[in-house]
Amino acid sequence: MKKVYRRPKSLKRAAFHYCPGCGHSIIHRLLTEVFDEMNIQDRVIGIPPPGCSVFAYHYLDVDMAESAHGRGAAVATGLKRAYPDALVFTYQGDGDLAAIGTAETIHAANRGERITSIFINNAVYGMTGGQMAPTTLSNMKTTTTPYGRDTRLEGYPVRMSEMVALVKGAVYIERTAVNSPANIRKTKKAIRKAFQAQIDDLGYSLVEILSPCPTNWKMNPLESWQWVENEMTKEFPLGLIKDITREKDSTGKRDAD
Amino acid sequence: MYGNAAIGEAAIRAGCQCYFGYPITPQNELTEYMATNLSRRAGCSFVQAESEVSAINMVYGASLAGVRTMTSSSSPGISLKQEGISYLAACELPAVIVNISRGGPGLGSISAAQSDYFQSTRGGGHGDYRTIVLAPSSVQELADLTHRAFDLADKYRIPVIILGDGMLGQMMEPVEFKYDAPSELPVRSDALRGAKGRPSRIVKTFTSKPTDLEELNWSLFRRYRLIEKEETTYEIYMVEDAELVVVAFGVAARIAKGAIRNARANGLKVGMFRPITLWPFPYEKISELTQTTKHLLVFEMNMGQMIEDVKLAVEGKREISFYGRPGGVIPTPSEVLRVITRLYYQKGLKIEK
Repeated sequence: MKKVYRRPKSLKRAAFHYCPGCGHSIIHRLLTEVFDEMNIQDRVIGIPPPGCSVFAYHYLDVDMAESAHGRGAAVATGLKRAYPDALVFTYQGDGDLAAIGTAETIHAANRGERITSIFINNAVYGMTGGQMAPTTLSNMKTTTTPYGRDTRLEGYPVRMSEMVALVKGAVYIERTAVNSPANIRKTKKAIRKAFQAQIDDLGYSLVEILSPCPTNWKMNPLESWQWVENEMTKEFPLGLIKDITREKDSTGKRDAD
Repeated sequence: MYGNAAIGEAAIRAGCQCYFGYPITPQNELTEYMATNLSRRAGCSFVQAESEVSAINMVYGASLAGVRTMTSSSSPGISLKQEGISYLAACELPAVIVNISRGGPGLGSISAAQSDYFQSTRGGGHGDYRTIVLAPSSVQELADLTHRAFDLADKYRIPVIILGDGMLGQMMEPVEFKYDAPSELPVRSDALRGAKGRPSRIVKTFTSKPTDLEELNWSLFRRYRLIEKEETTYEIYMVEDAELVVVAFGVAARIAKGAIRNARANGLKVGMFRPITLWPFPYEKISELTQTTKHLLVFEMNMGQMIEDVKLAVEGKREISFYGRPGGVIPTPSEVLRVITRLYYQKGLKIEK
């Protein structure tokens, strides 16, 4: 009998603590599948964020170190500079990467740091109980926008990936989602490409993943998957945002500009 | 050599591999020295970060990878680094942080001051922790203590602060480097470098079990007790027969020394005690001094911060006076001499005939 589905080698044997319907467990699995397939488990170092996925190190069987809120890209920069053979990734939520860590993210990307950011966008601060995130949709109710996000008072949802795409050191950026089997497959492909850009020494790569948070959205898992499809993708359209990996090489002889 | 450059050269010779900085006066010469002399060295890295917050987190990252790493700044920038210093202390990661301090509070002035004593010696950031604090008073000592800072950081797995000031950083003096740069850069054995041929490692403090965190705090403090026992250093100057002892650190001690020389010439029996490690603070030695001296004068370039540690050491056994100039005002030796002389006569201390 042929085994067609197994636990990835890079995924620890531990039960996920995530809520039913949460996207983290799917994304953890995709990451570890990619590590196995690319045979890079022993080169990968992960920087998990404060947030629901702070415990990512209980599941991913790679070297990992916690970082202060928002500082992932700076910590990853230091690590990679000190040890360039490592494949360093940050795993950050929308509050982490697009609010408190905006400066670290933009500048790491601009320096073309050879790191990869896995950016989980669920439109709320999950672990702290569902407060407004920079990515919260207009009119969306959260615990700190109880009347719905009023853009006149609370600003607009931030399209961080599009912002990061503007800097020249960013070579690969794609927005995907984990709300359907087809999107999950696309997400895995994007993660693979992002790590490949780092292996090829080309620059900064980022995958933004729209991920359901049924608990804080006060929906059941199925509704939350549909909400990603019907509401979130209107503000955050899925697809490739930037890919200059083919026009660039690490020697700098061929540059995209 | 400028004090700031001497720190840079000493750091390179100590095997510092990664430096992360952000411009702020009066320490820019150090960042520039590293840009010139470290950034193109084989295996080394220099980044001008987007903020002091990022710079200290890059230090955290480089320390994770097991290399000797440093950042530098001045008072307002050091405030921004406190978050990262707390994380370094929590994760038991070695690092060297240079504070070429200036007048405060707020944006303050760019002139030399010692008003960061509390911040440096009480941990500085959130949580129960300490950092070793070294306070040099000459360019030579800046170089020597920079080397020592890297050794201490590695030995005790602790962030080490070098607390200088704008005067020391900008001052030019001859300096002798006692070490050559190592031919091979040191890498700690517990570095995060990918789980190759070993189980994967996690560096973290976050836990849902308070008892785990309590144990971490206990283990940190057991180490702190050891550091207090082993690494407390100080300088004493003409204290054997002194009726009055001036307690000062860093550049203030140097100013005081000039004043004390003149006081001695006038027949006043004055000596000086200079803590070199501000943490661990030499409480015991100061306590011993109270048996031989009548009066203590604490002299600082702030409103009186170290005096609290001196009071803890003296335990009310002797009277303590204070003289300080805050805000970046640098007192002259003759000004300090006037203070010493007035105090000496007011207290009716014995004059040498």
